[in-house]
Amino acid sequence: MRLPTKFPTRSETVSERVVDFMAHLRSQGLRLGVSETHLALETLSQINMTNADEVKLALKSVCASDADQYDKFDDMFKAFWFNHTRKIERNEASEKPANKSHWSNLSQNDDEMISSGVGKQDLPDDDGNDGEEASQSGEGKLVASEIYNINKADLREFMKPEDQEKAKLVAEKLARAIRDRRSRRRRSALKGAALDLRKIARKSISTGGMPFKLAKRYKPDRPVHLVAILDVSGSMTVYSRIFLSFLKGLVSADQRTDAYLFHTQLVKISDALRDPDSFRSINQLSMMAQGFGGGTKIGKNIEMFNKQYAAHSVSSRSVVIILSDGYDTDPPEVMSNALARLKKKGCKLIWLNPLKGWKDYQPVASGMAAALPHLDLFAPATTLNDLAALEPHLGRI
Amino acid sequence: MSWTDLKSDLSNSGYVATDPLAMALHISLSLGRPLLLEGPAGVGKTQVAKTLSEIKNTKLIRLQCYEGLDASSAIYEWNYQRQLLAISASKDKSEPKEDEIFSDKYLLRRPLLDAISQEQPPVLLIDEVDRADEEFEAYLLEILSDFQVSIPEMGTIKATSKPHVILTANGARDLSDALRRRCIYSFVEYPDKAAELAILNKHHPHLNVHLAQQIVGFVQALREEELEKVPGVAEMLDWAATIAGLGINDLSDDPLSLHATLVCLLKTQADQASIPTEIAQKLVGKAA
Repeated sequence: MRLPTKFPTRSETVSERVVDFMAHLRSQGLRLGVSETHLALETLSQINMTNADEVKLALKSVCASDADQYDKFDDMFKAFWFNHTRKIERNEASEKPANKSHWSNLSQNDDEMISSGVGKQDLPDDDGNDGEEASQSGEGKLVASEIYNINKADLREFMKPEDQEKAKLVAEKLARAIRDRRSRRRRSALKGAALDLRKIARKSISTGGMPFKLAKRYKPDRPVHLVAILDVSGSMTVYSRIFLSFLKGLVSADQRTDAYLFHTQLVKISDALRDPDSFRSINQLSMMAQGFGGGTKIGKNIEMFNKQYAAHSVSSRSVVIILSDGYDTDPPEVMSNALARLKKKGCKLIWLNPLKGWKDYQPVASGMAAALPHLDLFAPATTLNDLAALEPHLGRI
Repeated sequence: MSWTDLKSDLSNSGYVATDPLAMALHISLSLGRPLLLEGPAGVGKTQVAKTLSEIKNTKLIRLQCYEGLDASSAIYEWNYQRQLLAISASKDKSEPKEDEIFSDKYLLRRPLLDAISQEQPPVLLIDEVDRADEEFEAYLLEILSDFQVSIPEMGTIKATSKPHVILTANGARDLSDALRRRCIYSFVEYPDKAAELAILNKHHPHLNVHLAQQIVGFVQALREEELEKVPGVAEMLDWAATIAGLGINDLSDDPLSLHATLVCLLKTQADQASIPTEIAQKLVGKAA
């Protein structure tokens, strides 16, 4: 499918240019295969190719596949076809940490980008003083600054690596306890609310049309969907690392589990936690937790969660776990309202408070007191044993 | 037909489409790919399919997805009662043949099978696909890529005509990459002021210009407020009809009846409480 070129500045064919463009998109984290390239070329044959706006709209509808990509497509398009490369590429590099899922794609596609002559142009043209390949320079710098961040927020003196491993195991066990409930999916022939007419009809043929054996149907249990929200503000620093391991365990046991982290703002971390390379995953996390040790705005963050994520990800079958000590700098009504609204989604709310394990602890912090009426379970999370003791409760909820 | 023609066709049938949406629809039609529309509730995603079926003058087959939707209510089901009757009726004469029992006569066609066995290609609207569960998505993949259905008792039924498929999603759940990859994608947002005004004019051409501008301005301002449920385009049209019906000529004339009509726009108790008369008046002021 080689068409004569319509791009006077380059001597390549349209299909080659489109292939390069697709490589460029891939490097930006879009998941596009050969069939999409083919589709894009086909699309171009349906429209007036000489009109840039038209081409942009057409390729956008073919290449973008979710709202996020849809938003960013215009910039990527401009960057490739109108040579705004350098400026935009720099921005992209500094935005990378927020772009969790694109991390792994980047490294996979480096080769392709280098092999395609034009793709190379779009790379951040750093002066290379960090002694790395050009294709990795953007990332290399980030990693360095991440490690610096980790060190600042590091809690190794409080938590030994074994503890973290254990937290992960406990969490995996908890998540499995929930997942196991789902595996009761066998279709019972004896019990069940409704008749299974399909089976009855099938069986009755062998008995001359007389339905002797009655088959029944029942609705199988649906999986419970876990959502964990972790507070990593100043007062929680001591616990945050071990809780991160806990979340990693929860998330890796079930694909559907979502995890979020908040300090002064809210970040979704399930994708980063799912990364099998734990070093990279921790790096990414500490990038996201840049506010590690900042002030706490629990109410405001839960409100933000309601607005941004709850509509999509919380339903009546969700269990929302909040890990926080309840010290909120906002007035308690904010949190109370936010929790009430979250509760309206029909989900179960569990609050794990590391302070509750302390002797004589009373939930008097105004935020905590305001939250109590909305909770289905308020449990301590001071030690790993506390977490492990949750298992029966989760089963009950 | 070019995409601008399609856009004006849509507009003639009362649907004001943005450029990206018209382009996506054009591509999906000319390449025979399903179109996936995402966006908040009430921006007119479902209406695209309805209008398209009007333009193409074909049947609209709609599959409303819900949690627990399964193959037997989306693709096909045997008419068991009828089968049982046939079995017992034919008992005296001869043994019933299995072929007869499992023939077209006893097959209940559900929307998806119905859509691929039409003479003229229909518009197949798979509404709120994200509400169905993952298993159903997998069925859908098979049908959307091959346009055929396999029924164990009868064999494979191939499409007599390829339907124009439009899927809509609200983001209740993340759709699988596999499904997204098979679709042309467009994100539909709330219309901007000019577009919404055009929509209002299409539906209520007799409204005076000033009032129409006030209505659209008010709804646009209302969307900026902190609401649990943001009013969509359909609500705006309802409200406009109400106001026209009550004979209100200027929104700032009668604050009390204006406030009473807000029931068309605000659909939860908390939202109604958060927009008292004074704020409503302020919004009217902003809109003007």
